[in-house]
Amino acid sequence: MQNIYLVGLNHKTAPVAVRECLAFTGPEAIHAMARLRQLTAIQEVILFSTCNRVEILYIGREGEDALDALKAFLSEYKKVPGKLFEESLYHYSGIEAVRHVFRVAASLDSMVVGEPQILGQIKTAYRQATQEKSTGVVLNRLLHRAFWLAKRIRTETGIGGHAVSISYAAIELGRKIFGALDGKKVLLVGAGEMAELAVEHLIRNKASDIRVANRTFERAVELAGRYRGRAIRFEEIPDALAEVDIIISSTGARQYVILPGHVKAVMRTRKNRPLFFIDIAVPRDIDPVINRMTNAYVYDIDDLKEVVTENIEDREREAVKADRLVDEAVIQFRKWHESLEVVPTIKALRSQLSDIVDIELERTLKGLGYREAADREAFSRMKTALINRILHYPTLFLKREDIHGDMNIYLDAVRRMFQLDENREPDGEQEPSASSLERGVNL
Amino acid sequence: MMVQTGSKGLPMQEINLITLFFYLLSSAGYLSYLFFQHERLQQLGYGLMAAGFLAHSASLVGGYLNTGFFPGHDLHQTLLFAGWALVAVFLLFQYWLPVKVLGLYAAPMATVIMVVTLRTPDATGATAPFFKSFWLFFHVLTMFLGNGAFALACGAGFLYLLQEHGIKAKRRGFFFKRLPSLDLLDNMGYRCLVMGFTLLTIGLVSGMLYAKVIWGKFWSWNVKEVWSGIMWLFYAAILHERLTVGWRGRKAAIMSIIGFMVLLFTFFGVNFLLGGHHGEFTK
Repeated sequence: MQNIYLVGLNHKTAPVAVRECLAFTGPEAIHAMARLRQLTAIQEVILFSTCNRVEILYIGREGEDALDALKAFLSEYKKVPGKLFEESLYHYSGIEAVRHVFRVAASLDSMVVGEPQILGQIKTAYRQATQEKSTGVVLNRLLHRAFWLAKRIRTETGIGGHAVSISYAAIELGRKIFGALDGKKVLLVGAGEMAELAVEHLIRNKASDIRVANRTFERAVELAGRYRGRAIRFEEIPDALAEVDIIISSTGARQYVILPGHVKAVMRTRKNRPLFFIDIAVPRDIDPVINRMTNAYVYDIDDLKEVVTENIEDREREAVKADRLVDEAVIQFRKWHESLEVVPTIKALRSQLSDIVDIELERTLKGLGYREAADREAFSRMKTALINRILHYPTLFLKREDIHGDMNIYLDAVRRMFQLDENREPDGEQEPSASSLERGVNL
Repeated sequence: MMVQTGSKGLPMQEINLITLFFYLLSSAGYLSYLFFQHERLQQLGYGLMAAGFLAHSASLVGGYLNTGFFPGHDLHQTLLFAGWALVAVFLLFQYWLPVKVLGLYAAPMATVIMVVTLRTPDATGATAPFFKSFWLFFHVLTMFLGNGAFALACGAGFLYLLQEHGIKAKRRGFFFKRLPSLDLLDNMGYRCLVMGFTLLTIGLVSGMLYAKVIWGKFWSWNVKEVWSGIMWLFYAAILHERLTVGWRGRKAAIMSIIGFMVLLFTFFGVNFLLGGHHGEFTK
């Protein structure tokens, strides 16, 4: 398991200013994974980038150190000097890397522990990775386990039950600025689960008159419909600032969407009524300089984190329980990785052959009109013997001790040759036949 | 203590000490409310303040009964009255707009005024006949109630700046939870200003009427009058700007504080530094 590595940075190690420099958009991430796969030191790789983290999980080749190559890659790809982020990077290997991935997927490492989005984000990254074929046997397994564990933790602990709190935090702040929120007008710029959650909370707190702006107007119309609000065009945002009180922004824009000039222009029309900006996007949408202007308050996702830390104590208690489940899963994974890598492959192979023989036998016997039930057992014995003989050398080969370093390649080859992973390739969200077989072995 | 109150009649000094005692306890109540956030403590603070106010009122009435004059002859009496007016406005506002934490500002302020009052000699005797005028009483009452309202506006301004600083700096320190919303503080400051300005205007007009009765003219370009005029214009400007271009929030808070400084200067500074015809009341 020593060749599983993870390098990355998150909200705990790097401020938003650094994270936004390194954040990858969807297409960028796909492209980056394709390029990373070509690094010689890397066997399998997946990159996930959310607003709170950029992480690269990879399987290194024996005896090669990919860390420096990855740092250089990040620096070159995102065009930022290595100095800027090197200090913030963490690097795990083996068990620690596995544990980290499990914790991230289960939202135990999130800014808001238990928030549900991270799982979806990792699944998306994984889907992209499988499309790029940058992951292989080990990472596939690892991620499937991570998804399974995340679901288990969600159902077995109260971690997600306390709902999500960046948006609660935003509302609490809003109350400290506006007193009551009733009748306050809200502008939602962009979309995204967290932003939409915040809008829903605002509505529950009697905020009225929701406006939605989006790059694609159809999307804005759709969201506006959901909140019984009004869709406006992206270009109308500066004008809308004259009327709204709370702005929640969460776009994928590379540049600031709202600039100090926009705010300055409307303050007089607003008669200096306060404006509260909630910037959930990374990279940020709202120029932080606006916070220095009178009667304008800007909170980005890091600022909200500070607010959140206060009301997560009971969630932390649940997190202890969740960590126990993580430990369990790590141990299981280690077992699988250390000694059973070959077994599921052979089992899958056996079951495939067995299925083939069964089908063909049935067809042949049916064609002959053969109905002697007593002889069935003899056929079945013959089937087992046949399979044993066919698989004798392959099994010996796969179980050879001296090739353990490159085992994944052979396992992968066998799996591909016999199409053992046929059903589970494209999106990897479910655990179909092959992996349920593995589960039978492991659980 | 250099107090020589009423040679005859009610024991003024004792009553004033009781008042001080209540204000002190009230301050302690509000302070502990700030730390522990128990609603009871705040109610206790308010109750003690009200009790102090009763004693304070008794002291004023006693002063009138002792001398037969309205208490406004010297700095001692003036302060006694100013403190009373502050507490009166506070109690009223607290009833009207529950910015509970404001007691933390008003109670110690009342305490300080009371201490200073007790430290200031009460020079009885010099009682000119014009002290018996109703206009004088009315003038002083409205002016002082107005001053009390401005003092509260200043306090709301301070609290606003404190809370705003916390929100801007994104440090949710000690005060974030304990102070009310910016909107409420701003609103409170505004109402205090409106009330203060109304009373100030009435006070100035009644002062003019009184001047007409005593000196035969409404306005004599006396330093005190000029500064009162400046103060009036200043507050008028704040309110005007708020209503037209919306001077609210930070700017309004700062202006309320500066306004109160101007007020303090008009009240003390002018008498001590520049002289003027109110000198005899406040020296």
